[in-house]
Amino acid sequence: MARIEIFKAEDRELFLPLAEGVKAGFPSPAEDIPHMSLDITSQIVKNPASTFYARVSGSSMIDDGIGDGDILVVDKSVTPYNGCIAICFVDGEFTLKHVEIHPDHIMLVPANKAFKPIKVTQDNEFIIWGVVRYVIKKV
Amino acid sequence: MYGLADCNNFFVSCERVFRPDLQGKPVIVLSNNDGCAVARSNEAKALGIKMGVPLFQVRDIVEKHGVTVFSSNYALYGDMSNRVQTTLRQMVPAVEVYSIDEAFLDLRGLEHTDLDALAKNISSVCKRNTGIPVSVGIAPTKTLAKIASKLCKQYPKLRGGCYMHRPQDIEKVLRKFPIEDVWGIGRRYSKRLKAYGVNTAWDFTQLEPRWIQQEMGVVGMNIWNELRGKPSIEFETHIQDKQQICVSRSFSKEIYDFEALAEQVSLFTSMACEKLRKQKSACHYVLVFLLTNRHKESAPQHMEGRTIAFPVGTDSTLEINESVLKALRAMYKQGYGYKKAGAILSGIIPKASVMPDMFDTVDRQKHDHLMSVVDTINAKNGHSGVYFASQSLEGIRMNRQHLSQRFTTEWDEVITVKCL
Repeated sequence: MARIEIFKAEDRELFLPLAEGVKAGFPSPAEDIPHMSLDITSQIVKNPASTFYARVSGSSMIDDGIGDGDILVVDKSVTPYNGCIAICFVDGEFTLKHVEIHPDHIMLVPANKAFKPIKVTQDNEFIIWGVVRYVIKKV
Repeated sequence: MYGLADCNNFFVSCERVFRPDLQGKPVIVLSNNDGCAVARSNEAKALGIKMGVPLFQVRDIVEKHGVTVFSSNYALYGDMSNRVQTTLRQMVPAVEVYSIDEAFLDLRGLEHTDLDALAKNISSVCKRNTGIPVSVGIAPTKTLAKIASKLCKQYPKLRGGCYMHRPQDIEKVLRKFPIEDVWGIGRRYSKRLKAYGVNTAWDFTQLEPRWIQQEMGVVGMNIWNELRGKPSIEFETHIQDKQQICVSRSFSKEIYDFEALAEQVSLFTSMACEKLRKQKSACHYVLVFLLTNRHKESAPQHMEGRTIAFPVGTDSTLEINESVLKALRAMYKQGYGYKKAGAILSGIIPKASVMPDMFDTVDRQKHDHLMSVVDTINAKNGHSGVYFASQSLEGIRMNRQHLSQRFTTEWDEVITVKCL
């Protein structure tokens, strides 16, 4: 079938077909092994559909090595567990804390002595938005 | 059994994932160029804000009741739609994406599981994993599944999942279900049917098949059969459906090479665009997908799909294909043998109703002219005489005063978490 190819002038590149069957030298023994380089995402993202990213502002979690500007890898599919580090939504704001689950209340505990824990009761507008799985930081 | 998963007030729900404070408050999302309301939260509906109403007509209500207004954030909605679809695929044997916020589920073979529990579980997992509330209806046919999913929205007690299968339950529901809301009936038929005394889905099932055949043809007969519990609308067929245009193929041999795959997918995209132009429509979304041969269990498996959004509705093969190739490049993995791929256009609107945009940087007139030339050549020379090589188009800017951040597609716009 005849084909007309439309190129934008500035994108034009010239492709020369490889002369097949003409081989010089010893073929690479790795030729048949598919090349797959390591991908960092596969390590830190278990479930892409439920993974979100967030950026840290402030230093209340610095004792856990989480500092200003770091990127958080959050997996919403993870059920919050006692002591988990989670993005919480409290009274209109996103905040990062350790979540301590008590029978009648929840304590949001920072990792920096200069900050006080927050007690959350039924009176607060509160949700655990997502559990943090990894922290990406520039060193 | 078939399922339908329908995202509740989808655009509004996407915004609320990143604005939990808007839960339970009136929210609307505007169309292109902040024209009119295209999505409304239940609270906004209760205030009397109608679908498609121009913003200036409801300005008073918006101000008086503190309605939060958003511009359409297509990048966000496209990504969130992908997340919901991926989550669904993880839970059921097969998914047919019907539109940006709806997908059919193939549950054949699962008849012996607790389908009511499954429906509720799918809904709760979607909500937990993506933040999007989803209504899941399961029933003997696709048409009934759609009805079942609507029940979930009416009755919070169902906890997002409704399994409707006993004949007496179906009858009870159909007796109350307005004929105009039945999938496939549309305004034209519902007017005629009502004149004939058919007001509910149940009335329709009681009509003489011969009358339906005569008045509505095969389409009507399919609806009649489906409402009576006999599956008649196939799963994943390419029915002439205004809501989406799909071109996909299985390859005779697995494709490993990116260039070869890109050539095929470009071809599918241009075929889909041609259909789109033929019916004088434009689209807002394209879904590109690829999958490996799942019958070759020893080979590495990869299946993925991505939705790309076009803020200004488009029918240009140039524009659509460029985005398709970009998405394909991002998904493609070396070393995998791809057996099937395709492109699905959705968010389809009449070409005439595409809103022109002052800040649009795409020269649409030029595109239109080129496309008509392409279509003429193809009409003369048979399919795909003209092939599109990679093209570059500049980004699109438009009037979007109430735009939220692209929380999931731009690193500079992810949520900020305070550590104070």
